[in-house]
Amino acid sequence: MPGAFEGETVTRRRFMNVAANGAGAVATLAFTLPALGFALAPVFHEQAFQWQAIGPPSDFNALVYSNRVITIVPGVGTAGKTLAYVRARNAAIDREPEDKYNQWIALSSRCMHLGCPVRYVQAAERFICPCHGGVYDFRGLVAGGPPVRPLDRFYTRLNSISGLVEVGPRYSVNSELQRFSPRDPGQPLDGIGQYLYPSRVSTPPPPPGG
Amino acid sequence: MPRLPAPPLPKTLQPRPPRPGQNGNGRGHPVVEGGIHVVDWVDERMQMSGGLRWLMFRKVPRGINWFYTLGSATLFAFLSQAVTGVVLAMYYRPDAVNGAYESIRYIDDNVFLGLFVRSMHKWGASIMIILIFLHMARVFFFGAYKYPRELTWVIGVVLLILTLIMGFTGYLLPFDQRSYWASIVGININGTGPFVGPFLSDFIRAGPEFGATTLSRFYSIHMLLVPGAMIALIGAHLYLVTKLGISAPPWIKVEHEPVVDEAEV
Repeated sequence: MPGAFEGETVTRRRFMNVAANGAGAVATLAFTLPALGFALAPVFHEQAFQWQAIGPPSDFNALVYSNRVITIVPGVGTAGKTLAYVRARNAAIDREPEDKYNQWIALSSRCMHLGCPVRYVQAAERFICPCHGGVYDFRGLVAGGPPVRPLDRFYTRLNSISGLVEVGPRYSVNSELQRFSPRDPGQPLDGIGQYLYPSRVSTPPPPPGG
Repeated sequence: MPRLPAPPLPKTLQPRPPRPGQNGNGRGHPVVEGGIHVVDWVDERMQMSGGLRWLMFRKVPRGINWFYTLGSATLFAFLSQAVTGVVLAMYYRPDAVNGAYESIRYIDDNVFLGLFVRSMHKWGASIMIILIFLHMARVFFFGAYKYPRELTWVIGVVLLILTLIMGFTGYLLPFDQRSYWASIVGININGTGPFVGPFLSDFIRAGPEFGATTLSRFYSIHMLLVPGAMIALIGAHLYLVTKLGISAPPWIKVEHEPVVDEAEV
């Protein structure tokens, strides 16, 4: 080979070229890859969640919703708080399967159209969204407007030690009120919706058996 | 030192020949001579006068009109946003818990010219988006995107998208009720994209919920990531505009029809 000593398969010039460019590539990746991982990490990091006491069982009845402010992201002040509408389970109308996590029905105030806060209107027994006119019935099922699925819910349980009702992680439901891992608003869960909008690793896991 | 050939200066900028009777090789005013000397000293080392003439004194086609200034108008809107944004960053605190909203209130109420500069930034954002669409419409309806200027168009479209990202991320920064809920709605619209939407929303929010770092993430994208990309792409856009020249309006016809010699027929 011209430019190489006897038995060499790579010229020195070519070896130095590859070595210098390779060192440059390694040096570039050494700061771009950590920076990229730093920016993308929250997508893969599971958010922690704590059960929060919202009051004794006597606070809640089956006919009227009580408002409870709960914290979904700690350390952000008011931006991390959200409103939950809570009532006791009413066997006459709540026909979804009963377990230890839905003795109290806790609905999220997040509209399932695009995430504005819904308001419960007692006179109409409807949840109404101010942004684009979404309407939900007493159980949180879509009664009109653009929302794509019923209102999200929170797991609830009775803390046997303190005797208080506690609110746990959020979960999403389809129109049959089957439970799914929490999805963002605007993402339907009926039909192929649950496959078009897959479960994320960043959301808190459901409680055992939930 | 050998010099690159440079495009000629326009007539008005060329040194005038001495009038009859005047001293032809005399010196000008000492201040002018000093300025010329300094510019010559710099240019001898940077060799940039040729490039600057290439950029600034270029031929434009017959028939250009006020519609051709929309690109420059967009550029000046961007420069205005950049300058006002830099000085606003001297007072703004991207702190969701206590600071963001209060720092905006402080800028509005206490800082000298604070409300004026913030209003320039706020209204300038809308003006820039209006101008960029008008510029795009001019290019589209004049057919100026056609060969060989397709790449200029593609870069322009990327700049449009980046400008819209600037509008979206900047809207959250005042951190009042309007910007908070508008950002919630915007992030959720983004999340309705199938398959990637949910994960893209997680990336924008830095997690499954609007959290402590969402505001600082928007701030970083708004003032560092996207502006850097925009400055680089504006440079490429302007290089292509200069390199390829400006297209004539579609109603300008070729001045002389090519004469075909009868003998050639």
